[in-house]
Amino acid sequence: MDFLPYVVSAWLFGVGVVAMVTARNLISLIMALVVTQSSTYVLLLAIGYVTGAAPPIFASVPSSTPAVDPVVQALTLTDIVVEATVTALLLTFAVRAHQRFGTLDPRELRALRD
Amino acid sequence: MRIVDALPPVAPTLALLIAAVMGTLAKLERWRRALQLLAIVTAASVTAMCVVLLVHTGDGVEVHWFGGWTPRSGVAGAPSRIHAIGIDFAVDPLGAGMATLAGVLVTAALVFSWRYFEQEAAFFEALMLGFLAAMVAFSFTGDIFDLFVFFELMGVCAYALTAYRVEDRGPIQGALNFAVTNSVGAYLMLAGIGLVYARTGALNMAEIGEALAGRPLDGLVVVSFLIIAVGLMVKASIVPFQFWLADAHAVAPTPVCVLFSGVMVELGLYGVVRVWWSCFAPAFGAHATVVKGVWLGLGISTTLVGALFCIVQHHIKRLLAYSTMAHAGMFLCGIALFTPLGLGAVGVYVLGHGLVKGSLFLGSGLLLHRFRSVSERALFGRGRVLPLAGVLWSIAALALAGLPPFATYAGKGLMEDASIHAGLPWLPAVLVVASALTGGAVLRVGLRVFLGLGHQPPDDATSRHAGFEEETGEEQHTPVTMWVPVAALLAACCAAGLLPALFDGAQTAAARLLDPLAYGHAILAGTPSPVPAVHLESTAPTLFDAGTGAAAAVGAVIVGVVPCAVRVEGRARSAPARWLRRLRHLQSGDVRDYLTWLVLGAGIVGAVLALGAMR
Repeated sequence: MDFLPYVVSAWLFGVGVVAMVTARNLISLIMALVVTQSSTYVLLLAIGYVTGAAPPIFASVPSSTPAVDPVVQALTLTDIVVEATVTALLLTFAVRAHQRFGTLDPRELRALRD
Repeated sequence: MRIVDALPPVAPTLALLIAAVMGTLAKLERWRRALQLLAIVTAASVTAMCVVLLVHTGDGVEVHWFGGWTPRSGVAGAPSRIHAIGIDFAVDPLGAGMATLAGVLVTAALVFSWRYFEQEAAFFEALMLGFLAAMVAFSFTGDIFDLFVFFELMGVCAYALTAYRVEDRGPIQGALNFAVTNSVGAYLMLAGIGLVYARTGALNMAEIGEALAGRPLDGLVVVSFLIIAVGLMVKASIVPFQFWLADAHAVAPTPVCVLFSGVMVELGLYGVVRVWWSCFAPAFGAHATVVKGVWLGLGISTTLVGALFCIVQHHIKRLLAYSTMAHAGMFLCGIALFTPLGLGAVGVYVLGHGLVKGSLFLGSGLLLHRFRSVSERALFGRGRVLPLAGVLWSIAALALAGLPPFATYAGKGLMEDASIHAGLPWLPAVLVVASALTGGAVLRVGLRVFLGLGHQPPDDATSRHAGFEEETGEEQHTPVTMWVPVAALLAACCAAGLLPALFDGAQTAAARLLDPLAYGHAILAGTPSPVPAVHLESTAPTLFDAGTGAAAAVGAVIVGVVPCAVRVEGRARSAPARWLRRLRHLQSGDVRDYLTWLVLGAGIVGAVLALGAMR
């Protein structure tokens, strides 16, 4: 079952993109973007084990035990911070879009036509 | 400790710190001018630091390990390997050059906006400094995860700046399109970084390169390179990931467009270069030719699509955005030559293009400030009252096409020499045609707006919507703080073109970057990297360069004058015009379409890459 987290990650990415492309509402589009990003959390956590390591906190376990790699946890936390920033900004845009266009349907946003 | 050792961390930190201070004080209306001045001084200081670093790194890589955590050997799991346990900034001349360009453009844009905005709060300046910090740090970092973090920081500042005029409809939609497409790109990049970390246990780019070099190429490495490169190419506006570009440029405040076109798009390509040669090139080995072919294909498509869309545009900011896209394609072609001269030429070309495109965007800002429109049709002949702007605009248009002695001429000439050395004698023709088309389109705008040459074109929907509320009310007077940056950037482009030391330096720096082992050694072992023993080509301009330069300039004049003399508007029903309209409808303004193209493009590029790597 080692590959399961990778399948879940790829699935989340794909589902998120499909949901974005078919979204009829800006809020659901942004939430789909969040789903897409959560695929990276799963991926990072899936790779977050090392074997043969000497954990810095405790030393009484045999070194063949998988130890959590602290680096990926730091990466995931950073990733979450980045995601929170982007989502907050995007939701602000959505609120403004609702005020200016009177709709959240991405098909009805017609301010940009080449 | 030398002062220069402290510069890599200080330059971005200073900009970020002042940005934070300004963000908190932004609403103090009485301090408005003081805060603006603080922003300009900060940007200029950061630029000066980058120049010092650029001069200093002429002979190697300046490495800074945060917290003094230098690489160690004997880490559990791989005792023989040197392990980068810390995070580093590794500043080489190309990185320092990109940071300098970012600094110069931010300073010019801030000076230009001294009297450009009417509102009182100084959030604009705070965001610009945050943007600068992110760009400088992106150019400096030697850590692939930090590359993602600064990519996103750059993005967040850019999205907010795009939507700065949040009262209007256009900026909201443009910023949404920009933010969603670039975020998906960033997540692809992050997934790729995760896969690389799973394979190598390293985030330092030099260490990744060394760890991957010894192994046979496999699917995981190909996939991770693919998705990292696609993420960066979204920012670099490479076909078919480019749709956000024109939308964002059309609605963002003009001083911000200077940064988008002049340096942010190019930083996407810089990221591709950095990641490829530091991490992946040794692992790909003989399969690198596949990557080369894919990049050439993408580069040429981007160049041609950009040039075509550029000449049919009447919205000046969109027109300039498509010209940027065409140039980004040319840069990618130059990178794909895989030679020191090719990459060095791209460095010079990026510098020249950034300066001249900055001047042109600020010039369109002058028009917007004065006449509240950026439509070529609505502005027809009205620019006659600004003769100086007309002169500067026309010179900049020819400089964009590669007129000597501007740095764009040197960059394009060197890239043409490099493509002939690399056995691609047809590539100069593509460069000349694209330069002539984009430069000519800009020149046509100048002739129509500033001279009123030819027929008054009919009003259309674009011209009515192109003057959205970026500025309030027509102005009778153009302040000197707007003139100076327009002229200064153009003069800087000319000066850079007269510096032969720059061309040699760019080629040497590129040669060192193309030698991943030297780079890795300099960072992990801390020994200065020797100049690799490759044959460096002469960078003196040749008769061939002069010929292609003249051809591009003459071509630009023809492309510029002919539409003024001939009525082309009446031929809208011909078959090519119909096809073109269909093509332009792809730029629908709906972000969901753009995402479909992104996924489709990534799939196609991935399939080609995988088929090539399997052979």
